[in-house]
Amino acid sequence: MIEARFTPLRERHESLGASFTDFGGWQMPVRYTSDLAEHHAVRQAAGLFDISHMAEFLVAGDFAAEFLDYSLAGRLSTMAIGKAKYSLVLAEDGGIIDDVIVYRLADDRFLVIANAGNRGFVDAAFASRVRSFPSRIERDLPPRAEGEDRSFAGFLGDRGVDVEDVSDTYALLAVQGPASEAIAAATAGITDVSIPWADQKYYAWADAFFLGAPLLIARTGYTGEDGFELLVRSEDAVALWDAVLAAGETHGIVPAGLAARDTLRLEAGMPLYGHELSREIKPAQAGLGRVVASDKTDFIGKDAVAPAEDAPVLVGLAAEGKRAGRAGYAVVAGDGTVLGEITSGALSPTLGHPIAMAYIDPASAETGTAVFLDVRGTKIPATVTALPFYRRKK
Amino acid sequence: MTDLNALSYTEEHEWLDIAPSTGSGTSVATIGITDFAAEKLGDVVFVELPEAGTEIAAGTVVGEIESTKSVGELYAPVTGTVVEINDAVVDDPSLVNAAPFEGGWLIKILIADDAADGLLDRAAYVALTEG
Repeated sequence: MIEARFTPLRERHESLGASFTDFGGWQMPVRYTSDLAEHHAVRQAAGLFDISHMAEFLVAGDFAAEFLDYSLAGRLSTMAIGKAKYSLVLAEDGGIIDDVIVYRLADDRFLVIANAGNRGFVDAAFASRVRSFPSRIERDLPPRAEGEDRSFAGFLGDRGVDVEDVSDTYALLAVQGPASEAIAAATAGITDVSIPWADQKYYAWADAFFLGAPLLIARTGYTGEDGFELLVRSEDAVALWDAVLAAGETHGIVPAGLAARDTLRLEAGMPLYGHELSREIKPAQAGLGRVVASDKTDFIGKDAVAPAEDAPVLVGLAAEGKRAGRAGYAVVAGDGTVLGEITSGALSPTLGHPIAMAYIDPASAETGTAVFLDVRGTKIPATVTALPFYRRKK
Repeated sequence: MTDLNALSYTEEHEWLDIAPSTGSGTSVATIGITDFAAEKLGDVVFVELPEAGTEIAAGTVVGEIESTKSVGELYAPVTGTVVEINDAVVDDPSLVNAAPFEGGWLIKILIADDAADGLLDRAAYVALTEG
């Protein structure tokens, strides 16, 4: 039995009365008081999430950009410094090992944020890809700097990239909701913000300090709302948690758990690894074909990234009433023929009707197609719906 | 406030308030789910209950309680006939969370033969949830 892990905010969650659940080997707050109230708070005001269980990797070196082009599905080398990009770690067979967000910190430095449950797999993938990535000596080297070791011995085996798992060094907090910018800007202790809050762009990051130590501010999230993810030193996580809640009190901020996070991301049509994404799913099946830069000369998974033509595809499903289809339930045609399977489903707190994501036969995947959800033996009518179910007003 | 020590409980996290026999040898049990079960489920958003008049057998699934996160099944804790369902909780399932032992009650059952076997008292139920 593996011992459950807790984030640095354990005592804060306990004193707020959180219920805990296992998530990727971590004991995480599933809700504090009411998952519906936490969900609505994020849509209408703001919620604060502890997502310190997520894994962070620093990829650094002269060839860091080329290494990520080789290791991930997307083209990271053309990203501007200051930007963030959603990407995928693919297996050789084109299946998805993890979905990640990559932040370009400098020409030769990137931060990769991965899912908690996949930390070991991503770590192993990077380690093996560092070894299979062509070494410097196999590349065209830039002109030799004075005093630089250009001997065969000096370069043999040097990949020009180093990957470090820094997950335990940092905690990650997410403040999400329309009031996020006002709350973040009012948070005591955050100083030297490199870009004014209002000018920070979605899927970009800014530099700052919190209590004198480096703080990374990313305008990213997993709720479909505006918001920020704050990467802070583990030892300062409690102080930052308290400071954000204090700044947000007049804005209606509440601490929010994984239950609300799940219904929020489902409404926003965002995939969850282990549900919509897995080793058995190829990116195009999940609607993530755009994430793959197929024209790159070489990357892990390139040869097998295209799914079979009849492979099931991810769709949104909307139904009437209150009974939700859940993960694992069948999607069937009127005559009972099984068309596919639900991967996530809930009664949408914002929309008031059941929503789901499902992998179904591509012949039945067109928006507007009428299907049925097999809800424990009862056939509930549903309609194939374009994702996302919910889109915030700009 | 309901006296929780006066209720009976099941291992399926239901509570029963068994009214004293009316003299005809039958008694009526009011049934709901415990605060522990409500807390575990999260916010209840849908309940499906059997219709009044339905005969139910102890241990069988007679209804469903859905939260945003999961589905709980309602097991008949005793054999009998459903005499009343709580329409208020069908209209507003959040009563299950807000007042599981009061306004969040689910059904009333006319117990068939006073054979309400296998029920737990408060101490035994608390021991179960802390176990």
